[in-house]
Amino acid sequence: MKAALKLVDLTVSYDRHPAVHHVSVEIPAAEMTALVGPNGSGKSTLLKAILGLVRRVEGRIECSARRIAYLPQQAEIARSFPISVLDTVLLGRWSRFGAFGRADRSDVHDAHHAIQSVGLGGFERRPIDTLSVGQFQRVLFARLLLQDADLVLLDEPFAAIDTRTVTDLMDVIRRWRSEQRTVIAVLHDLDQVRRDFPNSLLLARELVAAGPTGAVLSPENLLRARAMAEAWDERADACEVRRPEAVVPSEAQRSRGTSSSRAA
Amino acid sequence: MHDLLIAPFVDFGFMKRALVACLCLSLGGSSIGVFLILRRMSLMGDALAHALLPGAALGFLLGGLSLPAMSLGGFLAGIATALVSGAIARFTSMREDASFAAAYLTALALGVLIVSLRGSAVDLMNILFGAILAVDDQAMFLVAGTTTLTLIGLAAIYRPLVVECFNPGFLAAMGVRGALYHYLFLGLAVLNLVAAFQALGTLMALGLMLLPAVAASFWSRELWSMTAIAAPMAFLSGAIGLLVSFHAGLPSGPVIVLVASLFFLGSLLFGSRASLRARLSHPVHLRG
Repeated sequence: MKAALKLVDLTVSYDRHPAVHHVSVEIPAAEMTALVGPNGSGKSTLLKAILGLVRRVEGRIECSARRIAYLPQQAEIARSFPISVLDTVLLGRWSRFGAFGRADRSDVHDAHHAIQSVGLGGFERRPIDTLSVGQFQRVLFARLLLQDADLVLLDEPFAAIDTRTVTDLMDVIRRWRSEQRTVIAVLHDLDQVRRDFPNSLLLARELVAAGPTGAVLSPENLLRARAMAEAWDERADACEVRRPEAVVPSEAQRSRGTSSSRAA
Repeated sequence: MHDLLIAPFVDFGFMKRALVACLCLSLGGSSIGVFLILRRMSLMGDALAHALLPGAALGFLLGGLSLPAMSLGGFLAGIATALVSGAIARFTSMREDASFAAAYLTALALGVLIVSLRGSAVDLMNILFGAILAVDDQAMFLVAGTTTLTLIGLAAIYRPLVVECFNPGFLAAMGVRGALYHYLFLGLAVLNLVAAFQALGTLMALGLMLLPAVAASFWSRELWSMTAIAAPMAFLSGAIGLLVSFHAGLPSGPVIVLVASLFFLGSLLFGSRASLRARLSHPVHLRG
């Protein structure tokens, strides 16, 4: 198994409380991995850490991806802004034309094609504030298509989306895998994860389990994840785990490996 | 009719210069205003305008009623306020609107205090409310230069600024520092406020930028068309305001801003979208 992404002892914290706590895991390349866990278990934070949007407190991230595409949660986009579907999708080519370059004919052509392939043909000129939640999610998927990334991070792509749209967008995700792209998606629908995602990562601030979905989403693991996520301690002491610099790295990884990724 | 509408601008140099200043302010300022509204920063723009005061007052204290000194002081004070409030919002949990409010109240008090140290009440009135009829060649070139810089600057940073407005997370994920464009935009906004402050005063500098932009939002819903509607409205407000103040002997700044308010009121009542008329006159819904 080739790893697209390797997290080594990753810790990210807000206000000194860890949101992602000493997570070490490898995520296989050219595979669909579901990122699962209760609310507040650090899933979104983990994605943001991979993108470098939040600061790592400890640990490191080894990423072989040349280009990363990211679908944020809906709340982070001002839907009332007057911009058309076509312009929104075209932004997917940002890495080619940047802030000042010009979108050429092939970019526009590809954008039209991407809009077609998410089932929104004819919507090109519509302003985004006239779209439904599901239609807007299709727009964002079209933008991801244009990004041509080898690592795609999706943060709750199917929250508040109807079945028909989920089916269509899952087709897009499966196409990415057949094109040898790595997909990591934050999901809450465990039935869907079991059905569609061969690989899973169960997070409860700490890593509960990672590996083939069937083994990861066992009842014991899910129970443990829920118990761990609820254990927020307002007066928690400083973390006992020593910094990696202070111990022999191989030993540190081995000792944590036995406690955290047994199911892997 | 000619005597009423055209003659004042032909016969009097100060009216001519005031008209040119209004034209420039409306060209550059209205696009700034549209962005301020879309970024939900209208009140922050107001806070910025007030924040120019202590800088302008300090310039006044050191250089007397000299335009370069007061403009430079105002510009520096505006930029400092924008940077400090931005930094406070970024590094503490205070929201940016709260930190802007705190900064501008401080600035306003400081400014009034500084002016009162040396100036008379007339000086204070001039700085607070402006004197567009006193616009000289120097001030006119400042305003025209600002407009040129604003239009070129906005064209240059247009794309990243738009994306920073509606989807800042995307820029960040692309590895672009959106904050840079945010501050460049704020810099242009401050520059326009400085240009407007000689004519309209620090308290109303924003009027000609914001009111037409708000009015335009009742007529259209695209960046370019909003600007295309706002700019002529701003210019008409300036021209009509100047004529009214000339014939009626009223102070020009407040009259200009009030005319802009009338455009706003008219748009609110009769605009083609989200206006009162639009709300009351469409009882029929479409079939699909």
